Amino acid sequence: MTLTVNGERIPLRLDTRTTLLDALREHLGLTGSKKGCDHGQCGACTVLIDGRRANSCLALAVAHDDAEITTIEGLANGELHPLQRAFVEHDAFQCGYCTPGQICSAVGMLGEVRAEGAELDEATVRDRMSGNICRCGAYVNIVPAILDAAR
Amino acid sequence: MKAFAYERARDADEAVRAAAAGATFLGGGTNLVDLMKLGVVEPERLVDVTRLPGAVEDLPDGGLRVGASVRNNDLAAHPLVRERYPVLSQALLAGASGQLRNLATTGGNLLQRTRCLYFMDPTKPCNKRRPGSGCPAREGEHSQLAILGWSEQCVATHPSDLAVALAALDATVVTSARRLPIVELHRLPGDEPERDTVLEPGELITAVELPPLAGRSAYRKVRDRASFAFALVSVAAVLRVEDGRVADIRLALGGVAHKPWRATRAEEALRGAAATAESFAAAADDELEQARSLRDNGYKTTIARNTIRRVLEELL
Repeated sequence: MTLTVNGERIPLRLDTRTTLLDALREHLGLTGSKKGCDHGQCGACTVLIDGRRANSCLALAVAHDDAEITTIEGLANGELHPLQRAFVEHDAFQCGYCTPGQICSAVGMLGEVRAEGAELDEATVRDRMSGNICRCGAYVNIVPAILDAAR
Repeated sequence: MKAFAYERARDADEAVRAAAAGATFLGGGTNLVDLMKLGVVEPERLVDVTRLPGAVEDLPDGGLRVGASVRNNDLAAHPLVRERYPVLSQALLAGASGQLRNLATTGGNLLQRTRCLYFMDPTKPCNKRRPGSGCPAREGEHSQLAILGWSEQCVATHPSDLAVALAALDATVVTSARRLPIVELHRLPGDEPERDTVLEPGELITAVELPPLAGRSAYRKVRDRASFAFALVSVAAVLRVEDGRVADIRLALGGVAHKPWRATRAEEALRGAAATAESFAAAADDELEQARSLRDNGYKTTIARNTIRRVLEELL
């Protein structure tokens, strides 16, 4: 099978049981995407599959043959992605473990809200980001960071 | 996870043929892959049906046809769904998380399994997972489980929000073999809790059809936290009022039974009645008279009653 990861086309030979998350971390050495719960509940593994945010821990790699995957390692383009910069400016983390998932999820979420033409306020951000848990409880800075980056 | 063979179907016939040979359908995998990791299910062969043709199509009668592979977020955001069926869009957005909704499909959502703790834990008995092994939920942790239609064998609830909205919309499920009303797709546990639906082995859901909707509609979900949690109780309602009287009412409850619970008693009480808070309350009482709560879930009856009233009042 083949994955395009952060713009690079990569042929892979994997056991069918391999999740996209394990393919990224264990086979491609991209350890930015984190394994938290491994059951789709914490969002630490969130990546963009064909531009859409998804839990890579519940995605079988083989089911995403030919997909374009963007991980936290692929977001910066010479300079930090606006969401990465906003997270730094707002100090939107403590331990940082959930941060790659939070940022990838926020990139996808802002795209979804834009496509719907929905209003983006604090309540919407909190609701639409509920798939990303921060055990340090840095939400008070995560939410303003996302709102700031959306502007 | 046990080893399995994987194949990808190009069309429904190919998928059905694979299933006839023993393959399990794979949609977005958000529930199935999780259950495989937990060892709750151990399919030897998966046939991926996510790349079957699937779209949201406008029907000539003003209804919509939704392909089974349409992802939950795409369906929720579709302009025709948001315009014609607010209850459907609201129910979808109340389910799971943004990243799960991008994976989960329409067909897969309907066929997801209960989140009963005992079903999810292969070290525990469970009549749904291992028929005849018993039901620890009856005396154990059942605060999230059924108050309506349960049996001695099983007190599980169906977790889908989408299915509850579709029940209130009188949707039709199209399979590889037949068409059936959504309210007949899922079943009560009875003596066969291992069967969630009436589908035969290898029968594939290919689409869901929505009849045109006259009236206002809404979905309200009550849960332990504000977002990303299963329903304690949810209510999907369609209401049309003419000259102060209820001309059409369709009401479905989620989180209370083994299937989306169409509140037919309440509907009957309301048809033709004055569209007032008082008749809504009386109808909710009629419906919930049949509730039989377990030791720790009696609170659901109160929430269901209040949520029915609240949703209908909001639709006035």
